[in-house]
Amino acid sequence: MSARVEALGKPPSDDPSLIEAERGTSLWRDAWHRLAKNKMAVASMIIFITITLASFSGPFFLKQSYETQDLRLGAVPPNAQHWLGTDTLGRDLFVRILYGGQISISVGICATAVALTIGVLYGTTSGFLGGKVDALMMRVVDIIFALPFTVFVILLMVFFGRKFVLLFVAIGAVQWLVMARIVRGQVLSLRHQEFIEAAEALGLSKLRIIFRHIIPNTLGPIIVYATLTVPSVMLLEAFLSFLGLGVQPPMSSWGVLIKEGAEAMEEFPWLLIFPGLFLSITLFTLNFLGDGLRDALDPRASKD
Amino acid sequence: MLRFVARRLLQMIPVLFIIATMTFFMLRLAPGGPFDSEKSVTPEIRKNLEAYYGLNKPVYLQYYDYLANVVKGDLGPSFKYPNRTVNELIGESFPISAELGFWSLLVALAVGLPAGLISSLRPNTAIDYIPNSLAMAGICVPNFVLGPLLVLIFALTLGWARVSGWDEPIDRVLPALTLGAAYAAYIARLTRGGMLEIFSQDFIRTARAKGASPLRIILKHAMRGGLLPVVSYLGPAVAGLITGSFVVETIFQIPGLGRYFVNAAFNRDYTMVLGAVLFYGALIVVFNLIVDVALVWMNPRLKFE
Amino acid sequence: MSEENRSTNSGETLLRVNNLRSYFHTRAGIIRAVDDVSFSINNGETLGIVGESGSGKSVACYSLLRLIPQPPGKIESGHALFDGVDLLHCPDEQLRDICGNRITMIFQDPMTSLNPYMRIGDQVTEPLVIHRRISRAEAWQRGIEALREVGIQDPVSRIRSYPYEFSGGMRQRVMIATSLITKPRLLIADEPTTALDVTVQAQILELIRKMQLELGVAVIFITHDIGIVSSFCDRVLVMYAGRILEAAPTAQLFYQPKHPYNRALQKAIPALHEKGDELYTIPGTPPDVSKPIHGCPFALRCEFAVEKCLTSAIVLKEVAPNHQSACLRVQLGEIDLTPAR
Repeated sequence: MSARVEALGKPPSDDPSLIEAERGTSLWRDAWHRLAKNKMAVASMIIFITITLASFSGPFFLKQSYETQDLRLGAVPPNAQHWLGTDTLGRDLFVRILYGGQISISVGICATAVALTIGVLYGTTSGFLGGKVDALMMRVVDIIFALPFTVFVILLMVFFGRKFVLLFVAIGAVQWLVMARIVRGQVLSLRHQEFIEAAEALGLSKLRIIFRHIIPNTLGPIIVYATLTVPSVMLLEAFLSFLGLGVQPPMSSWGVLIKEGAEAMEEFPWLLIFPGLFLSITLFTLNFLGDGLRDALDPRASKD
Repeated sequence: MLRFVARRLLQMIPVLFIIATMTFFMLRLAPGGPFDSEKSVTPEIRKNLEAYYGLNKPVYLQYYDYLANVVKGDLGPSFKYPNRTVNELIGESFPISAELGFWSLLVALAVGLPAGLISSLRPNTAIDYIPNSLAMAGICVPNFVLGPLLVLIFALTLGWARVSGWDEPIDRVLPALTLGAAYAAYIARLTRGGMLEIFSQDFIRTARAKGASPLRIILKHAMRGGLLPVVSYLGPAVAGLITGSFVVETIFQIPGLGRYFVNAAFNRDYTMVLGAVLFYGALIVVFNLIVDVALVWMNPRLKFE
Repeated sequence: MSEENRSTNSGETLLRVNNLRSYFHTRAGIIRAVDDVSFSINNGETLGIVGESGSGKSVACYSLLRLIPQPPGKIESGHALFDGVDLLHCPDEQLRDICGNRITMIFQDPMTSLNPYMRIGDQVTEPLVIHRRISRAEAWQRGIEALREVGIQDPVSRIRSYPYEFSGGMRQRVMIATSLITKPRLLIADEPTTALDVTVQAQILELIRKMQLELGVAVIFITHDIGIVSSFCDRVLVMYAGRILEAAPTAQLFYQPKHPYNRALQKAIPALHEKGDELYTIPGTPPDVSKPIHGCPFALRCEFAVEKCLTSAIVLKEVAPNHQSACLRVQLGEIDLTPAR
């Protein structure tokens, strides 16, 4: 055999000229790439961030204040001075929507954070401990889940007054359940995978295993679900406010604005349409973003 | 199967029990409730309340009496309307809400199922994106925005329907659309997801290798599994229809249980509120059971458990 | 059908495949899963297609029945003539008329190939329902008979069961019953025993053999296990990187290998080595079929390769009676791979 053939006889991986370097990727970078390709999701993210920034910083830049009333003016449709018109007390609608956005978005994010924390801790503990403890904890979740919870929230708000903190408690109490279930499901499936058994065999403490190995691997569904919980919470708050049970004057949220708009819509339809539009668009973008994240982090679960 | 149903019914009892207990204690703790002696109540109502709640008896006896009453199905007198019991009020208003719920669900299925099915046949094309986006919009425009909007367009501007009321058949249309829209959207998405999941399974390939026509594959092979998520969803959907009814009945002035409930909440008609909560709880529990039975029937694997 | 019937018809070409190219267009590139494959199978013949994972053996047969989703798959070229019909280019209705009827297929994983939501009976009788105009009752009866033939105990009650009630081996028997209930001319079996226990494997092979003899059906048997083909097949194709490297009657393939890949595969069979001997593995890994391959795809792993093997495109040519090889050096007579006796 010629020398060339001898060289050919070796496995290709030994010959540097035949190796094509492959760039390594991590799960997150892969996911980020997939997300970036999803134009709707990216657009949604941008729109949502814009709305949030506008709500929190906008009022600084606008001349009208939240409270300025102009009773002689009354409600006027959109014009150059008041971009979205004014309400029956002559207050600029755009500013009111921005302020309302602050409340609605804050409630959305904070209540989600609360639900997230409780849900993740509960679900991780339940899934990790397994066995009877897990069965019991999930039984509790099942039972609470079976209760007509929105109804209870209404009860809470009616009976115990319409305090803002109570609103948080009520909403958070409803949302943590599904998060707990999802996290527990993930933890259960991870629990018995070999790399966890390996970690245990190496003698790592349970706490360390939970925080360093299990929770990072559950982050995917957690992020997705958190992104989808925010609009759910915002909807719940708006719903309560619409019924008069949520945010109370002088604070205002999109739900309150929609309620006022619905009452006045016969003569002043813009009072309903614009707040409705803002709420709907925000929910839309968050849902789309959540969907996009879900597709990016777990392509198997996606449409294809 | 019978054992399954019996087991589930037994499981439901603790749930109802908890609801009853929670409502009882909420009643006692609520400021301004019948246990708040500073609240002024008309003498007749006070008399009825005392008879029902046995306000002079010790707490545990009151609790026991309350539970006994509930088990008997007696939900007590109204706090606000003398001479009317909660049972009566529920009996009057629930059938109306049930009818609204029925039409809404019909809208949801009639729109959602075909939309989701068509989407799933050509994923990631225009046929998919359009219904999908509409569905997304359906979910994201809350019913309390959609309702007034529909009224604005169809009643106030076009004059095709009335603004509110429940007397004529035409009155069913706007409320059913309002309430059903979000569910149509969810059902469309679930159908699409479920069908896509099934289409990617090996047994569909087997069916194609047998020479089955696309129609046959959809109807005989795919739907049974593909619609499972939709059936599963019907349980929570009913719960949602209930809460949705609060808003829709308020907007359209429909004399259903939802509107009574909201009014009772505002008027602090405590017994009515609590009675309604119990009733809703029982309703949801029963409906979830029906859905679970349907699921087991549809998915042969579950029969094993 | 008797043996006689079979031999009268045998010798006639049942299916002729010419220049089949089946590619996948993905973001990572064009994957040339099947790259210019031609073969034929006669009535009643058993043809084995052997190759590693990724050699294209399954894709080739799926492409014949157009079971590959057409994005991202695409049949770039080729013809597959069966009974005067080009399977690759005929209208859908015509193809559907043939599938499940005159050409049937069984798949690798019996656990996922059956519809978990349908009764066994509905699935076994489905080919009859689709392709024959008979009553449901009669179809059901035939279904029971079919189940009995494949060795399912108590078929009258078991026909009403659901797949989850059956074991893997039994499900594969059901698949076999389903695929033979219309008495097809050709059965394509894609690794039917790979997912089963070793003991069950032998039973299933026996069953297929028996049914084949009774019905005179031609069988294309796809497998990665060269040992199975030796007991089962009349002719064998050896595939690698989407191409056929060697084609011959079974005995000749084993005793007179005409391609280095075939010879290497046989060397790797553990049973052929003395106890304590080092096991032989073919060095290297199969090539990346998303990149175009010039020359012979096996060259980089071949102990006989020379310069021209890397640059000359390979062609399948007859190098001995009824025996084809794609090895350039064998075609030129430069090397002789017959093992010394």
